Amino acid sequence: MAVLAPLAACAAESGPPVLTWYINPDDGGQAEIARRCTDEAGGEYRIEVSVLPRDAASQREQLARRLAAKDSSIDLMSLDPPFIPELAEPGFLAPIPQDVAERVSQNVVQGALDGATWKDELVTVPFWANTQLLWYRKSVAQAAGLDPATTPVTWEQVMEAARSQDKYLSVQGTKAESLTVWINALVESAGGHVLENPEAPADEIQLGLDTDAGRAAADIIGTIGRDALAGPALPTEDENASMSIFQGESGSFMVNWPFVWPATKSAVEDGAIDQAVLDDFGWALYPQVTAGTESRPPYGGINLGVGAFSRYVDQAFAAAECIVQPDNQVYYFVENGNPPSNTTAFDAPEVLEAFPMADVIRQSLEQAAPRPQTPYYNEVSSGLQETWHPPSAVDPERTPQESTDFITAVLRGDQLL
Amino acid sequence: MTTQATAPATAEGREEARRIKALRSDRARAESRLGWMLAGPAFVVMLAVTLYPILQATYDSLFRYRLTAPDDREFVGLANYGVVLSDPVWWQAFGVTALITVITVAVELVLGFALALVMHRAIKRLRGLLRTAILVPYGIITVVSAFAWFYAFDINSGYVNQWFAWVPGIDENLNWFAEFGTAVFVIIASEIWKTTPFISLLLLAGLAQVPTELDEAAEVDGATWWQRLQRVTLPNMKAAIMVAVLFRALDAFRIFDNVFIMTNGSAGTTVLSLLAYRTSIGRLEIGLGSAISVLLFVAVIGICWIAIKLFKVDLAGARGER
Repeated sequence: MAVLAPLAACAAESGPPVLTWYINPDDGGQAEIARRCTDEAGGEYRIEVSVLPRDAASQREQLARRLAAKDSSIDLMSLDPPFIPELAEPGFLAPIPQDVAERVSQNVVQGALDGATWKDELVTVPFWANTQLLWYRKSVAQAAGLDPATTPVTWEQVMEAARSQDKYLSVQGTKAESLTVWINALVESAGGHVLENPEAPADEIQLGLDTDAGRAAADIIGTIGRDALAGPALPTEDENASMSIFQGESGSFMVNWPFVWPATKSAVEDGAIDQAVLDDFGWALYPQVTAGTESRPPYGGINLGVGAFSRYVDQAFAAAECIVQPDNQVYYFVENGNPPSNTTAFDAPEVLEAFPMADVIRQSLEQAAPRPQTPYYNEVSSGLQETWHPPSAVDPERTPQESTDFITAVLRGDQLL
Repeated sequence: MTTQATAPATAEGREEARRIKALRSDRARAESRLGWMLAGPAFVVMLAVTLYPILQATYDSLFRYRLTAPDDREFVGLANYGVVLSDPVWWQAFGVTALITVITVAVELVLGFALALVMHRAIKRLRGLLRTAILVPYGIITVVSAFAWFYAFDINSGYVNQWFAWVPGIDENLNWFAEFGTAVFVIIASEIWKTTPFISLLLLAGLAQVPTELDEAAEVDGATWWQRLQRVTLPNMKAAIMVAVLFRALDAFRIFDNVFIMTNGSAGTTVLSLLAYRTSIGRLEIGLGSAISVLLFVAVIGICWIAIKLFKVDLAGARGER
């Protein structure tokens, strides 16, 4: 055994460089893309995937800790956009060569480019881009006299429709990242920003919550909470709980990511949900805060970062370029429900067949607003969750001001979170 | 045991005493050497795994240091402790942790004692089965039991609301994890369910040490069951009760898994371990997080000290060393 071990190590070293791609959990799509790109590389490199924890915050924690320890095993990583500046600022991400940056920016939706950029430089490669739509039960919307597919609707209308039909509005009120997503989308849709100067150092960051936009956002969240428009599950309601409620008898309107479509289709195939429920699904752009002003839907997705301490930086960039090819993005959308960041991928016939709402998703991605791009995103997001939860306690006169004071104190190191 | 002897009157006597003392001290020295040789490796390992992290955390707590901004590391002395101790977030977490500790330990002590009595009195054939059955919850990994309790009470996936809808205050719209009272109730209940077996096992060991003749003598004297419990059984198992209370109190004070899984600190249920985790691991604020960890450690030492003072049990004396 003692003799065999070094021999085995030599054997492992003799093949092509093995790139470890740290991925967020999915339905196997990234592993399949890794396999395809390994085949395409023709022996130049081999990609192996390593799965990160389930939620985005835990993924960030693990990557940040390892990168701070200069872990050379991180060649490629799937990164949630809001956490990118925190890794880019201390130099944990390998700089993208100019020619690569130019190639991977072509035909990419604006939201994805914004999310991949830090201080005007592309620091990650856009992979897939996510956005939330307004999902509605056609029967409920019709009964309430709304047609979101043809005329943009406002939050006020959606709330009133759910109220008048005695149904639940599905939103994510749990104390988690999804709450920040909702707050940010509302503030942005009202014409404001959670952070006025996100690139500033921690003690100089200015918040834009105590403004008309912040108060409008607080008014919507507080009203939904106090009037029990989302039902008793609201304080613990995440994306999956929202979907379950929307699929049930009390479902009316829901803001959620496109994964709800393949998930419901699969539930219908399994016999867990009636086809009639799926047939009743409608979709439209994210609701407006102010009638006539375009909404700024949430932006999510995943970008690819190359570890600054990787031994195979060149191969990792070559692999990243392969991974984000439109064909792979099409495959990933159709099989795993994660929309492409590349606009050309939306035109593939299989995409249009699997996602009849693909055009709305593309338009939503163009309109989408990313969450604040700051190295202190975790503080801002956790601070928002701390002060805007539970939704029933959110008060437009008080919450934006308290939230501003709290997050400012946390950023200055004067207060715990 | 005493080593002091009356001073011998004669010169021969004094010489003899010196010889005996020298022999004794030789033996004592040899024993001490052997003791160090036997315990030394364990002592070194303990220093490496326990003392080193504590010292490192104490050192780190003197800096303003964020893992993702290594160049901005700055010595701030005790400022981090000032921030922590003057912050209502710390004191609220401290209060919640203390509340969970006091309630769980008190309830578990009563329940655990009752279970220990049942196990102690059970007929021989049933004893093994009974002990195994009672120990099952303790054998389950805490994270797994936390998930089981979470899914049972969750408003979307849980069955508790349906099964117990006949209980006043429970209906299908009760969101247990939305309010502090109900959330902390579930956390405490899961903690009690999980660790009562541990406390009952410790108390069973104490119960087995109570001499049966004392109990029989009291019975012959006409003492009732309650009087025998109060005057004979409990005083004789004081050391066991203290160990049970101390171990459980320390365990409960460091509660993490249940809260992390069920509420992740929402509805005001943040406990001290979660606060330390959120600061060190979530925010990557090594300095501030280390200060919280050191204060948590000091609180744990404080609990040990209070328990030992409160019970006035001298464990060394109980072993006959003094």
